[in-house]
Amino acid sequence: MYLKSAYEIRDKYLRKDMLPTIFCPGCGIGSVLQFTLRAIDDLGLNQDEIVWVSGIGCSSRVPGFVNFDGLHTTHGRALAFATGIKLANPDLKIIAFMGDGDAAAIGGNHFIHAIRRNLDVTVILINNFTYGMTGGQVAPTALKGLRGTTAPYGQFENPFDIANLAVSAGANYVARWTVFNYLQGINSIKKALQKEGFTLVEFLSPCPISFGRRNRMKTAPELIRWYQKITVPLAKAKKMSEEELEGKIVIGEFADRDRPGLVREYQEYIKRAKKMMGWEQ
Amino acid sequence: MRYPFPVGKSDFIQGDEAIARAAILAGCRFYAGYPITPASEIFEAMALYMPLVDGVSIQMEDEIASIAAIIGASWAGAKAMTATSGPGFSLMQENLGYAVMTETPIVVVDVQRGGPSTGQPTLPAQGDIMQSIWGTHGDHMLIVLSPSTVQEAFDFTIRAFNLAEKYRTPVVLLTDAEIAHMRERVYIPKPEEIETVYRKLPQNDEEAKLPFGDPHGDGVPPMPIFGKGYRTYVTGLTHDERGRPRTVEAEIHERLIKRIFRKVLDHKDEIISREEFMLEDAEIAIVTTGIVSRSAVRAVKILREKGVKAGLLKLNTIWPFDFDYIEELAARVRKIYVPEMNLGQLYHLVREGANGKAEVELIVKIGGEVHTPMEIVERVVG
Ligand SMILES: Cc1ncc(C[n+]2csc(CCOP(=O)(O)OP(=O)(O)O)c2C)c(N)n1
Ligand code: SF4
Repeated sequence: MYLKSAYEIRDKYLRKDMLPTIFCPGCGIGSVLQFTLRAIDDLGLNQDEIVWVSGIGCSSRVPGFVNFDGLHTTHGRALAFATGIKLANPDLKIIAFMGDGDAAAIGGNHFIHAIRRNLDVTVILINNFTYGMTGGQVAPTALKGLRGTTAPYGQFENPFDIANLAVSAGANYVARWTVFNYLQGINSIKKALQKEGFTLVEFLSPCPISFGRRNRMKTAPELIRWYQKITVPLAKAKKMSEEELEGKIVIGEFADRDRPGLVREYQEYIKRAKKMMGWEQ
Repeated sequence: MRYPFPVGKSDFIQGDEAIARAAILAGCRFYAGYPITPASEIFEAMALYMPLVDGVSIQMEDEIASIAAIIGASWAGAKAMTATSGPGFSLMQENLGYAVMTETPIVVVDVQRGGPSTGQPTLPAQGDIMQSIWGTHGDHMLIVLSPSTVQEAFDFTIRAFNLAEKYRTPVVLLTDAEIAHMRERVYIPKPEEIETVYRKLPQNDEEAKLPFGDPHGDGVPPMPIFGKGYRTYVTGLTHDERGRPRTVEAEIHERLIKRIFRKVLDHKDEIISREEFMLEDAEIAIVTTGIVSRSAVRAVKILREKGVKAGLLKLNTIWPFDFDYIEELAARVRKIYVPEMNLGQLYHLVREGANGKAEVELIVKIGGEVHTPMEIVERVVG
């Protein structure tokens, strides 16, 4: 893959009047945004046919910075809004940019149902184990023992494995990487964008300010080193026991299938309705 | 265009069915909902009709998702509606506020039923008057219409779409279980007999760059819908005319919110609809809305027979509320009665409007029945 310079990508896709971004130094959201824009650029997708949607959180501010149609909605509800956009105009391609709290806590219900329906959307999910925007409360992805302002003595609940949740709910494509795996990340986003139905690419993304600081990892490099320690590639994980996998996060491609997407299903449904009513031309 | 129901003639149908047919004739092509009595029949009718007119009808996971989906559909260019009842309406409130802030035309039907929480699911009430006006957060302005017959349920639904499109705002159609389930003769017009309004679209790039501006001076910006190459960013954060988030400057917030108020209040005369019955020389005014108006008409006739100069004011639009008109009315009459099916909601608005110029008395009826005319008469004659 030929890598264009970051400046080129910035000039082509970002709204200059919105810069600088709100992201803290060392935040991984910018990297994931860059991966996404590179994937769009590489595929030569039409900027006017893509709509970005998001909920609330640091990650959800991304649609504001990119020069596309965008809907920055309420906390957790992005995929419900996306369902309306996509079904009302199936020609639009939808990218949902979400945080882990946004997608898996307040938006958990919308998340699993959008997947069940196989809504045609590509979800780019920033998993920073925390609520960044509100200052570091624990997220439903936080591994046991991790600290947040609402679990100052270390998280005592079990975390969600978002990627696996998406696989079970029926997503067509699911992959998880850290921001460090940029080539795999870009390739996964490219794959996701080309597929029908629900596609998800999850990124473990450093949030040094709200999360790292409270967990003795004040800088992005420290967080990335920690990701390297806790992540296990899928092939290797298959050979590991449950005990060995305790506290680890598996990365890789988890699902790649081609079930019909919601748009196609609904179009078939319209045909069926007209046929059953004797309306077909 | 072929319709899945007869047009240009009358039909004997329920209120919920009338709302569904009216929506389709008004151009609604996106419906998202979640079942709840007594609104489910609206959904069921939409489910039957929408695919036949190439529209979408989808059952979402809850009411929060339903209103979210219709807002999304509206930004994708569709006229869109959802329907629910009190508890579902409560779940919609955050996104209703989002629709106000982002100036998204949508129609939300609330078929009121009895009691708080799930209460009396099959029985009518008027318990969501305040919720429809004040339920969402922050300073906000929207339009609330209230029908009292099945024909009005039909007509007001069309009006709700037209007002939503014209003013780029959510419109609530506040009806109740009685109207929802009652069958009445309704004239279903041919499409060419109906006035249908479509939102203003930007005429040029300059207008498209100001999706929250006021290029026409009427407070209503043209709406650059998605996919037309305008690259519009829509956010619920306080934003400037171009849609850029500006969350800390007081003036920008004030300018935005005040325009959202102004675009409705400046056109109050067109939006507010009311009917007067024997009110010219009245000494006693009865002020009602929705289903109760029907008993009140009869009550006024009986009172007149008894020699009491009574008259009726039926409010078709309950928000924005015409406080000035109520004050003028209060200055003309001796006393105002407000019969309503709750423990006092419209009453508070009327009393504020009356501004002390006439005594205002509430006539309560709760538990799932509409006031009988005699119950109103007896309270008036003592
Ligand atoms: C209904 C509602 N509840 C709570 C909030 C406050 N809130 C804003 S952002 C946020 C969490 C964001 O966390 P996450 O989704 O993980 O995204 P991040 O900021 O970490 O990218 C919360 C709880 C809100 N805006 N709306
Ligand atoms: S708080 Fe965390 S997630 Fe939010 S911008 Fe800062 S580093 Fe990024």
